[in-house]
Amino acid sequence: MSDLLRSLDPGTPSDPRSYVERAEIDASLRGPVLLFFCSGIAWLLLGSLLGTLAAFKMSFPHLLDSADWLTFGRVRPAHLNIMIYGWASSVGIGVGIWLMARLCRVALRHRGLLMGAGVVWNLGVLIGTVGILAGQSRSIEWLEFPGWATPVLFLGYALIGVWGVIMFRFRRPGHVYVSQWYLLAAFLWFPWLYATANTLLIWQPVQGSVVGAVNWWYGHNVLGLWFTPIGLASAYYMIPKVIGRPIHSYYLSILGFWSLAFFYSWNGMHHLIGGPFPAWMISASVVASIMMFIPVLTVAINHHSTMRGHFHYLKWSPTLRFTVVGAMTYTLVSLQGSLMAIPSLNNLTHFTDYTIGHAHLGLYGFFTMTMFGAMYYIVPRLVGWEWPSATMIRWHFWLATSGIAIMVASLTLGGFLQGLELNDPEVLDFLSSVRVVAPFRFIRACSGILLSAAHLVFAVLFIRMLLRHGVRQVGPALFSAPEKPGDLPAV
Amino acid sequence: MNRLPLLFVGILLVFSTSWIGLVAYPYLNLGHLAPGTSSDGLVPPPMTASAIAGEHVYAANGCIYCHSQQVRPAWLSTDIQKGLGPRQTVARDYIRQSPTFLGTMRSGPDLSNIALRQPLPGWHYQHLYEPDMVTAGSIMPSFRFLFRVQPVQGQPSLEAVTVRGPHAPPSGYEVVPTQDARDLVAYLLSLKHDYPLPEAPEPPKAKK
Repeated sequence: MSDLLRSLDPGTPSDPRSYVERAEIDASLRGPVLLFFCSGIAWLLLGSLLGTLAAFKMSFPHLLDSADWLTFGRVRPAHLNIMIYGWASSVGIGVGIWLMARLCRVALRHRGLLMGAGVVWNLGVLIGTVGILAGQSRSIEWLEFPGWATPVLFLGYALIGVWGVIMFRFRRPGHVYVSQWYLLAAFLWFPWLYATANTLLIWQPVQGSVVGAVNWWYGHNVLGLWFTPIGLASAYYMIPKVIGRPIHSYYLSILGFWSLAFFYSWNGMHHLIGGPFPAWMISASVVASIMMFIPVLTVAINHHSTMRGHFHYLKWSPTLRFTVVGAMTYTLVSLQGSLMAIPSLNNLTHFTDYTIGHAHLGLYGFFTMTMFGAMYYIVPRLVGWEWPSATMIRWHFWLATSGIAIMVASLTLGGFLQGLELNDPEVLDFLSSVRVVAPFRFIRACSGILLSAAHLVFAVLFIRMLLRHGVRQVGPALFSAPEKPGDLPAV
Repeated sequence: MNRLPLLFVGILLVFSTSWIGLVAYPYLNLGHLAPGTSSDGLVPPPMTASAIAGEHVYAANGCIYCHSQQVRPAWLSTDIQKGLGPRQTVARDYIRQSPTFLGTMRSGPDLSNIALRQPLPGWHYQHLYEPDMVTAGSIMPSFRFLFRVQPVQGQPSLEAVTVRGPHAPPSGYEVVPTQDARDLVAYLLSLKHDYPLPEAPEPPKAKK
């Protein structure tokens, strides 16, 4: 069994024939995957700008407050939806399609149609964002796009999802790798989620508190069953690939996958503890949130055991460093999320900036960092050019890491103090909770500048890649050269 | 796990459990609740056309990102002690609303019972035009774009908003609400849960 797994694992070196095969697959993927990456990065820049603006508005409420389309309550959802659908989903689809094709060992057919789907998807994000800024938001969190934008997104997605499933159907015979399970599941779960939420909340709106239940079933599952599987699929691929050894345990992978599917899907109601719902619904979500320890620790042990003895590769490989920081943050943010679901702790963090910090730690610290790591691996293989500047990659990494660390630290601490004020029955002046968190909000807004700078550096690097700017390099771009030549990682 | 059908069915079956529990169940059991009755008629009372229009203004401008609309029970939280409402909110309180703005943030105060705390339209107009004017230190943005500054013609308008201090209009001008502002205030003034529901009795007042 272990020989078989070894031969099929992405961490195993391959013979010359498979180099040719891979080159053919990469050539077939170039257009669509680069389209998703390009549009994703463009949305990332716009989303960073809007997010930073919204953050500064919390410190300076009069900032740009004369126009209705720039009011906080429109800029904030525009930021969130751009990041979710424009950046994270686009880049996730790009990485997901590339991984699926590589692991199924099939070249992409009819790529023109897939590129068309990408254009439709981006059009959906664009008109949805314009809709929010123009005052057509429904104010249902994560689903603010107006009803005339979401069918466009759904159409775009349907075409994309079908591609993922078809590739899996026509894969070359052999072992199915853990990343493929996660990707197949994500490609199937997302349309179910999106169709259900849109039907019940936008097209045929339900009434009353059901809105809250469906809203958070959707909101949490988009994170847990769309972004998380794509991020984990990428980490499961990149870590073995770069360090050149197979994943530690096949059986832990199975346990991690099915427990994630079962427990994560039940988590949503922990956003509404104390809300107008039957107690069992809330309890079920609290229990499922605690049970998330199983998939999270399983994946953490599996990744850590794979990495053991190879942590020095982090000094050299950009792909590995971004991916490992992402994977470690996944463990951290998930355990934090489980604790936040415990009602007594939830009391303190609910309704405060603490939750915002948690959301950014998950979507940025875990998912976005993992996607950056994957792009550092994938893009050179698509454009046939190496990253032109290790210094810029270093800047990208440290700006992004310090930015997210400062953001999460300030939101967490500020939210904690805010929670103490909000819960103290002796404090009757609401504004004391505003005052206590104010300095932390300013620091957090400044951290947005660091993140925006990181994204700008990355965007410039990416454009230089597309233009094949700089001198042709022999090996992969590394942070620094290994001391012993034999230690050279794959990227 | 090499067989597609097994993987496919497993992925969908596992996910369907949460769909049944967290979507289908509440849809069937909470989606069609009937209003209760009290001496004043149906509770919660039907919303006026203006309040329904105001609900859309509330959504369009993203009030939900800072204001929740739920009072948690006394055994779980200090919400009632802190005066957010006379009792916890329950599913039936929300049957008139679509969408429902339960909210997840309290960067600003909870609004479940804002009409009980601030029953006067004039306060709301002043507050929306310039929050700092009535609540010093507030970080709520100004919603000036929901108002018109117009020259006074003859008698001042009856609904002109009293604005003093640095935000006052130039002399000879007055601030009047647009229809959106009137609807939004009508909506805010509909937010009160002071009617009785059998499933949500008011908890006894804590002894001082």
